[in-house]
Amino acid sequence: MTTGASSPTAAARPVLTTREVSITYEVNPPVEAVKDVSLTLERGEILGLAGESGCGKTTLAYGMNRLLKAPAVMRSGQVTFHDASGTDIDVTTLDGEALRRFRWDKVSMVFQGSMNSLNPVMNVRTQLGDVFTTHRPGMSRAERDQRCAELLDLVGVDPRRMSAFPHELSGGMRQRVMIAMALALEPQVMIMDEPTTALDVVVQRGIVRQLMRLRERLGFAVIFITHDLPLLIEISDRIAIMKDGRIVEEATAEEIYRTPQDAYTRQLLASFPSLTGARGGFVRSGSPVEPGPTPAGGQ
Amino acid sequence: MSGSLEVRNLHKDFRLRNGVSFSTLHAVADASFAVEPGRTVALVGESGSGKSTIARIITKLETPTSGEVLLDGRPTPRHATREYRRQVQMVFQDPFASLNPFHSISHHIERPLRLHHPGLSADQLRSRVVELLERVHLTPGETYLERRPHELSGGQRQRVAIARALAPGARFVVADEPVSMLDVSIRVGVLNLLADLQRAEGLGVLYITHDLATARHFSDEILVMYRGRIVERGPSDEVILNPRHEYTRKLREAAADPDRLGQLRDEVRSEMTGGPA
Repeated sequence: MTTGASSPTAAARPVLTTREVSITYEVNPPVEAVKDVSLTLERGEILGLAGESGCGKTTLAYGMNRLLKAPAVMRSGQVTFHDASGTDIDVTTLDGEALRRFRWDKVSMVFQGSMNSLNPVMNVRTQLGDVFTTHRPGMSRAERDQRCAELLDLVGVDPRRMSAFPHELSGGMRQRVMIAMALALEPQVMIMDEPTTALDVVVQRGIVRQLMRLRERLGFAVIFITHDLPLLIEISDRIAIMKDGRIVEEATAEEIYRTPQDAYTRQLLASFPSLTGARGGFVRSGSPVEPGPTPAGGQ
Repeated sequence: MSGSLEVRNLHKDFRLRNGVSFSTLHAVADASFAVEPGRTVALVGESGSGKSTIARIITKLETPTSGEVLLDGRPTPRHATREYRRQVQMVFQDPFASLNPFHSISHHIERPLRLHHPGLSADQLRSRVVELLERVHLTPGETYLERRPHELSGGQRQRVAIARALAPGARFVVADEPVSMLDVSIRVGVLNLLADLQRAEGLGVLYITHDLATARHFSDEILVMYRGRIVERGPSDEVILNPRHEYTRKLREAAADPDRLGQLRDEVRSEMTGGPA
């Protein structure tokens, strides 16, 4: 994990691949949440996964990490993790102890609404330390404390706040603690599910910047899930657009922004008025666009 | 000023208790602005900057510590609150919480109609409700009457909330983050609807948001709030394209802008190589 800081794209070996993954919620009638999704995550890159609520992006992320709970079932497909050591791990067949060791050590996750996923009756020290007591049982208490302090420092939280309880921290700080926790074991992949959606723009920018810095330093790959397409375009290397369980378009951030191929990508892009560019076809621009039935089906 | 909704030198202090000692939080400090019919004023700022406190004062859910809210140039005496609320209505942020799951859609819109126009007959009420639903593009209105909020999507619910705000005959609408809980592809639709109504019926809108891009496109004037104070104001393009106050610049820097594609990565990289690494 010490290498890869200079140019993460140099080693063009993927770190995580999914092949034709289909996930169904076994309810009546069954819901096919993810259909035949094949994705490749290169080492050290930021892959953006964009789509609206209900399109299956969180389900896919859970599938990659084997976190699906009934009634969700992965019907078919393969998820392969290509370890830095050169061995390939078939994630779909892991179970028991091997699965426990794989999770968080190789692939960690920052959950949706993770501001609220800290345990309210445990202080930061205990929660961060918990990762080490589980995955690094040999560590002494002093080592654990020192590592926790390092991690907090890394994500920009004053290590002196280690004894604080979640309610004593601001939303942004809680989110940073969650990221510290995800970084604890130096994973090769970090899946971030709407990590900044509940935060203020100014705080959000600080966290995103920190994430980019950490990526340069530690060389992990990120799957960044959000519906905020402008943000993704700004920070991602590649972007996959998801709709109704399928990836409808996958390309570099630049291609998605400048030459979107799929109609849905264009529609999604059009949903975000430009901050500084020309005024688009909105009602206020003078040329009336009948709002009428909007293109989205949910209207 | 006649025909407008104006706030003048508005202050709101909250007393915070910390053990036995008290401190004062100035949630709003000396805010003055006016919303004219047919125009949209956007109030932007981060959370905690006092935007929602202003909304709550304007809708008389909160009383100001000092300062005045003037409708058509006159303050509202205590006994005239109902009449004031007929003219000034609010659309809340969360369409999933602001509608009662127990009641039908027609109940939600009928109620303000009945309260503010007690003379209407049952038939008249019904046709008004249908008309209002169609005005917010829920067509045909009849099919929505007996449905419950859970049967509608977020965008449809927010349209119901807008119809409800219009029902008493409101001339001014305060919309507090009306689309932040909605899916991205329907946000523009709901904002377009508000803009459309505003233009067609001369509605005055106070649009409260943290999203600079929609504030720019859907309002005539932008007020930037920071720690309870309005630190910058002006025509919307002017404020976004040529921000003068430091905080406005910071907000603009923080807003995602696809045109700056890859820039953050390059910045961070040069930071690392230029640094002690």
